[in-house]
Amino acid sequence: MKDWRYWLAEQRGTLFAFGIFIVMFAIYSANHPAGFTANVVQTAANKGVLLAFVAMAQTLVVITAGIDLSVGMIFTLTNCMASWLVIGTGLETGFGVLAVLGTGLLCGAINGAIIIYGRLQPIVATIATGAVFFGLALLLRPVPGGSVNEDLADFLTGRFFGVVPASLVALLVVVLVVWVPFSRSEFGRAAYAAGSSEMAAYMSGVPIRRGKFLAYTLAGLLAAIGGLFLTFFTYTGEAAYASGNAYTLFSIAAVVLGGVSLFGGKGSAIGAIFGALAFRTIGDLLFVFDFDPLWQPLFQGVILLIAVSLGAFALFRVRNRLEWFL
Amino acid sequence: MDGAAPLFRMEGISKRYGGVRALEKADLTVTAGGIHAILGENGAGKSTLIKVMAGVVAPDEGTMTLDGHEVSFASPAAANQAGIVCIFQELSLIPELSVADNIVISDPPKRFGMIDRKAQRRIAEQALARAGASDIHPCALVKDLPLSRRQMVEIAKALARKPRILILDEATSALTAADVAKVFEVLKRLRSEGLALLYISHRMNEIAELADHCTVFRNGRNVASYPAGSKSDNEVVELMIGREYSHIFPPKPGPAPAATTVLEARKLSWADRLDNISLSVKAGEIVGLGGLDGQGQRELLLAFFGVLRGISGEILIDGKPVSIASPTAASHGRIGMALIPEDRKTEGLMLPMTVRENLSFAALDRLSKAGIIDRVAEQRLIDDMVGLLAIKTAGLDIPVGALSGGNQQKVVIAKWLMRQPRIILLNDPTRGIDVGTKQELYQLMRKLADAGAAILFYSTDYDELIGCCDRVLVLYDGAVKRELVGAEITEHALIASALNIHGDDNRIGLGGKA
Amino acid sequence: MSETTLGGLAGRMPKFLRRADPAVVTAFACIVLLLFLGSLYSRSFLSPEYLLQQLKVASFLGVIATGMMLVILLGQIDLSVPWAVAAGAMMACAAAAYGSAGVALAIPFGVLCGVAIGIVNGIGVAYLRIPSMIITLATNAVAQGLMVVYTGGFSPQDSATAAMRYLATGFTIPGVPNAVIIWALIGAAMVFMLTRSSFGRAVYGIGNRERAAYLSGIDTRRIVLIAFAVSGGLSAFGGVLLAGYASKAAQSMGDAYLLPSIAAVVLGGTSILGGRGSYLGTVAGVILITLLQSILSVMQMPEAGRQIIYGVVIVAMLLLYGRAPASR
Repeated sequence: MKDWRYWLAEQRGTLFAFGIFIVMFAIYSANHPAGFTANVVQTAANKGVLLAFVAMAQTLVVITAGIDLSVGMIFTLTNCMASWLVIGTGLETGFGVLAVLGTGLLCGAINGAIIIYGRLQPIVATIATGAVFFGLALLLRPVPGGSVNEDLADFLTGRFFGVVPASLVALLVVVLVVWVPFSRSEFGRAAYAAGSSEMAAYMSGVPIRRGKFLAYTLAGLLAAIGGLFLTFFTYTGEAAYASGNAYTLFSIAAVVLGGVSLFGGKGSAIGAIFGALAFRTIGDLLFVFDFDPLWQPLFQGVILLIAVSLGAFALFRVRNRLEWFL
Repeated sequence: MDGAAPLFRMEGISKRYGGVRALEKADLTVTAGGIHAILGENGAGKSTLIKVMAGVVAPDEGTMTLDGHEVSFASPAAANQAGIVCIFQELSLIPELSVADNIVISDPPKRFGMIDRKAQRRIAEQALARAGASDIHPCALVKDLPLSRRQMVEIAKALARKPRILILDEATSALTAADVAKVFEVLKRLRSEGLALLYISHRMNEIAELADHCTVFRNGRNVASYPAGSKSDNEVVELMIGREYSHIFPPKPGPAPAATTVLEARKLSWADRLDNISLSVKAGEIVGLGGLDGQGQRELLLAFFGVLRGISGEILIDGKPVSIASPTAASHGRIGMALIPEDRKTEGLMLPMTVRENLSFAALDRLSKAGIIDRVAEQRLIDDMVGLLAIKTAGLDIPVGALSGGNQQKVVIAKWLMRQPRIILLNDPTRGIDVGTKQELYQLMRKLADAGAAILFYSTDYDELIGCCDRVLVLYDGAVKRELVGAEITEHALIASALNIHGDDNRIGLGGKA
Repeated sequence: MSETTLGGLAGRMPKFLRRADPAVVTAFACIVLLLFLGSLYSRSFLSPEYLLQQLKVASFLGVIATGMMLVILLGQIDLSVPWAVAAGAMMACAAAAYGSAGVALAIPFGVLCGVAIGIVNGIGVAYLRIPSMIITLATNAVAQGLMVVYTGGFSPQDSATAAMRYLATGFTIPGVPNAVIIWALIGAAMVFMLTRSSFGRAVYGIGNRERAAYLSGIDTRRIVLIAFAVSGGLSAFGGVLLAGYASKAAQSMGDAYLLPSIAAVVLGGTSILGGRGSYLGTVAGVILITLLQSILSVMQMPEAGRQIIYGVVIVAMLLLYGRAPASR
């Protein structure tokens, strides 16, 4: 086989998500009253990018065969934080952004430390830390409010050269600055190795713990970038429990759609981004077809249910039933 | 490169696991530029020896010297650093990563802190070429490769670590004949490059072709060392057997002439692990499964017990074909089968649960009415079993994990006897338990057979097969290669057929032990 | 050797102490501590009226946590609690709008909806072997979607039936709220099932080592399916009671019960990895959580502080009891 075929096989999940997204978006924009205009693209991008950041965060953790049920709450917390700090002069805004991102890193590091060094199950640990993060968010914003540096916000949610949505460019930059170096580093590989087969990784002398810790920490950072962008879109901070939970849930759906295996070791954040964009577009399809928006949660729930059930088909290839219990 | 200056030497190495001694003052000398074969039966101590060498386990006593300096390894990584690299039987490859990723996994080439993929690819290609596996694409994912290719990747991975001493533990067991030939060329080239190679294999012909020097292990000791080719196969088998019989077995009356066949298999095949197996077990008969470890014996027992999917062929109970879809189906109703599984800690028992709960676990349906456990009946049956098997426990309500290995195994057997099974499958039940308990189990097996049970008994200990079984089927590569009946069951016959050495000219005067 | 000494020492202790899990003892100790701290804050804290009121509030959580415990004992988790609770409440109230037959069948219908959610979970976990955390999140989303479609996104106008109100707020025995009696009955049934039935033994066995349970001839998939169905049904029943308490159902009324129900089970010493835990511990955990909530609200601690304290307490307790073995 040629090299490109291996590349293709490796990227199959990502390409699949990309394909779904393209098809869905084509249907969406073709039926949109305004058609395929820069405006429609910009609005769609701004909505999709938020979930894309959170889905990237979830990807990092899922690759290690873990799960982070607190990403939505980190997202909410950093949103509330940004509504206080990302304001004022350029310098003040800059420090505010750094503080918000630093908070995300810290949240992720706390998750990682509790799970890896405290040896707790990721699921319960992140539900509990999620409660703490949400509590902090409520502390910051008991009622919705606050403001943000609107120049920066408008710049990052607007369009470059009148066509390219700035949020997409920002997403690309984050991919290049966070995801690419991580996935190509020794620790990124350790995260993959630990997720794929922790025993083999151990026997091969891979730095499992540091790889996993880095994955959780960077997940916090990515969720914080998402929270920052939420503030740029809404100009306010809000400690909304339902929205935080929904983002956690949708991030899992996006990750699965993006070809990332929930059993770990497989998939890429690029796939999860397309999964997120596709998931958002599917949800919005109902609008352009004039369905009652009430149907949206059900529609998204069913997509999620189908997405998570897809992985079960591997089960029918198992020939030794004892392998069910591994 | 002369034998007078050994590269690596182990002296007086001992290792115990619990009460079982795996190595007892073992010595080994390895010279550069040579291929050293290590031979021995299952459990002779070979695996432990190389684990000590490779830093996986620490020896209880003894010294190791490398280049004349004393060394000790805290981890496999430390042994790698010193130039000792081992290719283990269980693969250490990460399935979702590419071949190249796996080959450089422990020390990838880096540029600006990131993995240098070009350099990594180059290293991988070189290593694959050195291993004679340049047909494997470095970008392929390991999980997509067949087992034999993975084994080649494993060898390439070891070579990429630039070893001085390379240990191959049954490294060719999964390979095709063409691959074996390639690997042999590689090994011979490595020898000429001055590496020391340690080669562990059950395949006599491989050893004859490769080895410069052989050491035979038995009961945790090195019993003989000799230049390759200076002893015949028969002499080697003699050395491996030794003359130590430590067990006393009950007499074998054999099944009554009128006994009916209870369990039968016809042309049973599964995946590439079971190959056209036909066998039958009569009531009151103990049929042994022999052969080297991992030749399909476990899968055969699991196939009977309804665990495997996609079996072809027929299973007959009392002469009638049945389809058994789960252990529930196998153990309940008129089939009445029991399986004493391979690993009592993960498959036989729930260690944190109490002795009582474990004992009644397989018979809950019999002990309860309308789903409610009849505690009086439970107590009565448990008392019977504890008495019958003489289970030594400080009480019925302590965790079963607190019992000794032998008593744990008794609990596993007792929990199945609570169902009064007609067919009993035993998967190496005496592994890691003390001699006294072993004797009791032999007596018990015979008692059960005399009471009419049909018993299929897999053991890695040839003595047991000889002492306990009315017939032994020797498996090789998933197929029954030989059936030994009565006086034919000798250690020599077992080993010779297990190694798949053909012809009766191997038979020497070891017969009539029965 | 230490085991025999321990055994000898334990043999001389009363039976209930001998079998007590340190986690359960700790949880009860924390309850006493909370009551003590509360009484420092306010005299009325130790009054029978207040305590009974707390017990009544605890009983809703207690019913829901009972189902959660069953699932956690299997080594699984049920994250569909929020909308199983809401669906139970809403569907029971909805049924009440359909004449006298609807009123009569309101409670079983609500519970049945929860059982249906649980069965979907159970099929996903037991037969498709989807991680329970994932499938239950998904069914939660679907249940939410169904309820949103049904109610139009607003709190439904149907109100609870008299029977529901009676179960949640009435008194059959003077002085003892019905809700407490219901919790006691469900708890007793659960204890009996866990300790005396073959189903209960199988649950513990699967939680400890599913492989061994399977090889022992237990139909593990059926047991897991039933456990999830029971969990869904109990969540919905909790919702029915809550609807009776508040006279009607509300959107997202179940959200406040997911974390506390997991926390109550885990704080009561049930291992999150499954196979170990007693119902007494869950009772202790439920009371502990309820008292904690009550004290925080009496102290007028804002929701934010409550969430933070919850999270921190759970992580701290888990670090004490719930850690995976270190060996590798």
